[in-house]
Amino acid sequence: MKSDMELMLGNEAVARGAYEAGVITVASYPGTPSTEITEFISKYDASEVYCEWAPNEKVAAEVAIGSSFAGARSMCCMKHVGLNVAADPLYTVSYTGVNAGLVFVVADDPGMFSSQNEQDTRFHALSAHVPVLEPSDSEECIKFTKLAFDISEAFDTPVILRLTTRVAHQRSLVVKGERKVSAKSYKKDIWKYAMMPAMAKKRHIAVDARQKRLEDFACGAKEDLSFTIPNFVDYAENSKEKTGIITYGICYQYAREVFKDASFLKLGLTYPLPEKTIREFASNVKNLIVVEELEPFIENYIKTLGIEVTGKKLFTNQGELGTASIRKAFYGVEPENESLGEDVAIPPRPPVFCAGCPHRAVFYVLSKMGLRVCGDIGCYSMGAQAPYAAIDSVICMGASVSMAHGMTKAMTQCGEVDSQKTVAVIGDSTFIHSGITSLIDVAYNKGISTTIILDNSITGMTGHQQNPAMGFTIRNEQTVATDLVKLANAIGITDVTVVDPFDMKAFREAVKGATERNNPSVIIAQRPCALLKYVKYGGPARIDTAKCIKCGSCMRLGCPAINKKEDGSIVIDGSQCVGCGLCFGLCPKSAISK
Amino acid sequence: MKSDNLNILIVGVGGQGTLLASKFLGSVAKLFGRDVKVSEVHGMSQRGGSVITCVKIGEKVYSPVIDLGEADVMLSFEQLEAARWIGYLKKGGKVITSTQKIEPMSVVLGQAKYPENVIDGLMKSGADITAFDAFSVAEECGSGKAVNIVLCGVLSKLIDDIPEELWLEALKATVPAKLLEINTKAFEAGRNR
Repeated sequence: MKSDMELMLGNEAVARGAYEAGVITVASYPGTPSTEITEFISKYDASEVYCEWAPNEKVAAEVAIGSSFAGARSMCCMKHVGLNVAADPLYTVSYTGVNAGLVFVVADDPGMFSSQNEQDTRFHALSAHVPVLEPSDSEECIKFTKLAFDISEAFDTPVILRLTTRVAHQRSLVVKGERKVSAKSYKKDIWKYAMMPAMAKKRHIAVDARQKRLEDFACGAKEDLSFTIPNFVDYAENSKEKTGIITYGICYQYAREVFKDASFLKLGLTYPLPEKTIREFASNVKNLIVVEELEPFIENYIKTLGIEVTGKKLFTNQGELGTASIRKAFYGVEPENESLGEDVAIPPRPPVFCAGCPHRAVFYVLSKMGLRVCGDIGCYSMGAQAPYAAIDSVICMGASVSMAHGMTKAMTQCGEVDSQKTVAVIGDSTFIHSGITSLIDVAYNKGISTTIILDNSITGMTGHQQNPAMGFTIRNEQTVATDLVKLANAIGITDVTVVDPFDMKAFREAVKGATERNNPSVIIAQRPCALLKYVKYGGPARIDTAKCIKCGSCMRLGCPAINKKEDGSIVIDGSQCVGCGLCFGLCPKSAISK
Repeated sequence: MKSDNLNILIVGVGGQGTLLASKFLGSVAKLFGRDVKVSEVHGMSQRGGSVITCVKIGEKVYSPVIDLGEADVMLSFEQLEAARWIGYLKKGGKVITSTQKIEPMSVVLGQAKYPENVIDGLMKSGADITAFDAFSVAEECGSGKAVNIVLCGVLSKLIDDIPEELWLEALKATVPAKLLEINTKAFEAGRNR
């Protein structure tokens, strides 16, 4: 072990790799499991790297594209579903190619630790003809990120660096290198950068020629300037065993641990795949197995080569793989594990709204009002859970506003009398991400739904990132703040109410009024996230046990700081309670106070 | 117990400090010259959910994740979480758990019951159980937040080949300087328990 080694998070290693590669611009939108990459980038000096939180992934990608055209190495980072938002620029920047290196870092989430689907980014890469590199530990996160920039410039293409949750959020040992910067100059070239049909037709030809060169490069051919694929990218580990395993990324780590003796072909460049390398490897083994998570991307390719291979016959495309599931698939063995001496029903422990969370008040009120509620992506999606069960639907970023509009339109069309009793709930950051365009639709097309913007002055779910409504940048510099009231007014919505959700009576009145009126309305429920440092409620509340009649009214808030003891008495957990006071007014005997 | 092939699972409730414990263990393994990988799940940890972190130490570590039946040791910050994740422990593995109880929301709302005698249930498994109120021990050392370091202190005594000085050096590298005194006390309290 070298003494200069450092135990580094995968996401930090991607940031480090980009820094060493001389990245000048990084623009991203936060999304688990990719968020920390850009946070780590922001720790480098502002004189070396420009970075920003963009309003959404499409904007982030376009900022990076412009920066690449200008001659600076550029990167944008997002989670898998973020690439759907950024897919529009991706597909066309594949045609234009780049000036300085351009890297899209996309983090997939097999197992859905914090996501709404398990889509596989490699299929976007396939249809956009963009190469994909997949690291399997932090050391490779550094090396592959640097290589991604080199490939991008050598082949005049954007490159996707694909991570999965277990790569992004593992720590392993790395050795840091030096930063090297080599900016290029900007050159106007409309045949390369202005994609109108005449130009794009020519560029499509260039894309196909590049694809061929990339396929040859994957198999070891020399690209210009004697640039060949480094031998740490794809490599075979041959043994005398007749089972050969082709794998990549975190699946390599799982499979390598299970099969100590098998032959391995570990792929770092998973698109385009190396035909010659795969054929050679396959010809030396008897049973060829592909170990891959999610969709059978590599397996399907190998089948097109006419090579016999087993993959998804053994493994599911749902969730993540692991050493136990691989052992079971191959050897049919169950893990030899401990279990409790007797059957014990273990209650689940999902995440809940924090003590002091402003969303708690919103969903406490909404759950009592019997409205149709379209939800969105953020902490507040937990409003669908007990005890509130207040949210009816969740699809993707920004969808709440447009879904509520669609619902009211359909119900009005079908003769429902109370169609306007439909609300959207959406956070401030998510509203700016993609709720704005939906709200314009509501106004423009004479909608009557109500949009409740939960303005907690931060991007909460991903761990507190700045956003345009706050007035601070990623480096905490003061800047202009988007004025949500004026914004709603400007697009034609005049029925706008700003209310503190902790004033539950006023909030309820605001929602009641808005859902009774036959016009589009916006309610801005304004109160900062309780975890923000400047939010101070002055310490825990207490219950006067002489006054408490154990009715449980306070418990219906679903606050983790309020518990019932076995004897039925109600207690406040002083280590959790922040003293927000939301429960004070719910107690019929006024037994709770500071 | 030796550090040449050691899988440590850390389980608890979001906000209890499992991530810091994994950083501490990772740091000591590195100082001792071992390969080490840590796997953490981010995103939900603030919000009181069940959290699990894996630390794998050895000559050469591949997967950063500890799967069913692979943990040699489980450090548990809360008794229900020890029971929830016991399936990740090898047969006859070691459990070091605090007896602290934190009720999940389903229990708070009366929709589920916090099982009785969780520790007894664990005792009836084949695992080697050490259970004590690590929260009180941490409080006596100056902060209830040092539960993580108390538990790591207990673990340190079980790993024969890593000397105490390295643990203290790693602790210094892991916790903020102003909290070093409390954490050193917490570590010693766990180690000399």
